[in-house]
Amino acid sequence: MAFSDTLDTSKKASALRNSARRKRSQAQFIRWLLLFAGGIAMIMPIVFMLSTSFKYPFEVYNLNLIPEEPTIENYTYVLEDGRFFGWFTNSLLIATITTICNVLFDSLVGYVLCKYTFPGRYIIFIAILSTLMIPTEMLVIPWYLMSSAFGWLDTYWGIMFPGLMTAFGTFLMKQFFETVPDDFLEAARIDGLNELQIWWTVAMPLVRPALAALAIFVFLGNWTAFIWPLIVTNSQEMYTLPVGLTTFSVEAQVEWELIMTGAAISTIPTLIVFLVFQRYIIRGVVMAGLKG
Amino acid sequence: MGIYKRLSISQKQIVWAWGLLAIPIVFYVVVRFYPTANAILLSFQEWNLLGSRNWTGFDNYVKLFSDPTFWKVFGNTFLYLILGTPSSLLLAFVIAFHLDKLRFMHGTIRALYFLPFMTSAVAMAWVWRWFYQPVPIGVFNNTLATFGIPQIPFLNSTTFALPSILAPAIWAGLGFQVIIFMAGLRAIPQTYYEAARIDGISAWETLTEITIPLLKPTIVFLVVFSSIGFLRIFDQVFNMTTNDPGGPLNSTKPLVLMIYDTAFNSFDMGYAAAQTVVLFTVLLVVSLLQLRVMRDK
Repeated sequence: MAFSDTLDTSKKASALRNSARRKRSQAQFIRWLLLFAGGIAMIMPIVFMLSTSFKYPFEVYNLNLIPEEPTIENYTYVLEDGRFFGWFTNSLLIATITTICNVLFDSLVGYVLCKYTFPGRYIIFIAILSTLMIPTEMLVIPWYLMSSAFGWLDTYWGIMFPGLMTAFGTFLMKQFFETVPDDFLEAARIDGLNELQIWWTVAMPLVRPALAALAIFVFLGNWTAFIWPLIVTNSQEMYTLPVGLTTFSVEAQVEWELIMTGAAISTIPTLIVFLVFQRYIIRGVVMAGLKG
Repeated sequence: MGIYKRLSISQKQIVWAWGLLAIPIVFYVVVRFYPTANAILLSFQEWNLLGSRNWTGFDNYVKLFSDPTFWKVFGNTFLYLILGTPSSLLLAFVIAFHLDKLRFMHGTIRALYFLPFMTSAVAMAWVWRWFYQPVPIGVFNNTLATFGIPQIPFLNSTTFALPSILAPAIWAGLGFQVIIFMAGLRAIPQTYYEAARIDGISAWETLTEITIPLLKPTIVFLVVFSSIGFLRIFDQVFNMTTNDPGGPLNSTKPLVLMIYDTAFNSFDMGYAAAQTVVLFTVLLVVSLLQLRVMRDK
């Protein structure tokens, strides 16, 4: 009797547990479904852009995602126009050089501010940090005047010079150099390395993840930068991709399949970079976001 | 070189530090501080780029504050902030909170939400602009039509245009906020939740009494960061209203677009500089205010 009683209660208990577990897994499934649906909705604009770029004009107004008659005619048209190729190279060149400059200079300044003791260190740090508060939009007019005075309008240098160093990058790198032990640098000094060598061969390799995070942010920022390139460039040959896309789209007016193709050309490179380096990029974003 | 060798270690450090900082200091002075001073100076002058710069005292500011367009634009700019920041943060938090509890396909779903962050605002402005077109072109209105719901004149109406332009800005930034929120959630020690469970505290109370208070640094960062972004909105507005920048009837024009127009279409440099000083002040006040309020809470 007693035995079957306990068996009965334990059965009940396990049935109760099972139903609780089932309820929990049901809730978990609904959670997954909603989040997944939301995620699909998030990428719909990108999917529509890509799908429309492979459509003939007659199909553009259908909402089907897979073109019935896929074509690369839009791409050949846009590339034969020739300007996109130039804008693409301009953007690539500018974003790459700016990224290299930021990685070098921001880390050098961050390193010096972190690892050296010298009179004026605190003032320089605060001065650089304070520039974070100055919005680009306040500086574009003086930059424009400066560029026109020195003949920098409509040149690569003119597009690039405002972004060669950033306070954000300097601050980020300074935070990360705090994690490099001073003993390492001392040891290298005793080994007879000069200060530049110590920075480059000892300290820099130790903050590689932070450098990657900085590089991603600077590259993406320059690849998508709009207002300053719009102001500083005059001739279409000097346009960057976003500025060129604006011009192209205004010309194309209602030919949405061409506009979508232009948009796709300026979006695909960063999407590929993201898909390949996804984990590093997300880690970098978190690092930059939390420490920067 | 002889002098250098005779220096003590700490003196050598000083030489190296200033030597390495020389170029960056020149950069920050020439490209950041001098232009800032120049913008402030220019805001008290009148200049059309061709003639000479004439001092006009506070004329630009007086003109600005008595200009009804400015107040319209000022209102719009705050509307972007007031609509954008809370809605994007709330959405991002809800997504992050639930995504954090998910294991199956966690990485893939996270990537779906993050992908828009990697796009260029200009390209996506055109995609959304296309979505907003009337039947038979736009995706949204076509969908509404299939369900027999009346059309919405998204970009052509003074009421709908501003939220319509804001939507892609929120959409593009959402993934970043989700990632930051999830990192913040991960940083909360599990022991707090275990203690709450043992004490039999409800899920809602756990959220309001443990999760949100411990997430405060993350929330402060995201509020300030996204507010600055919405106050400086430009790319989306410029590209979605190219036929009538900031229209219809200035109902979508933000401060930055007004600055751009004044400086590079009307070439009224002093007046534009005064507007940039106002923008700078607004950004400064809003971020300091938010930091203060959020810290006190």
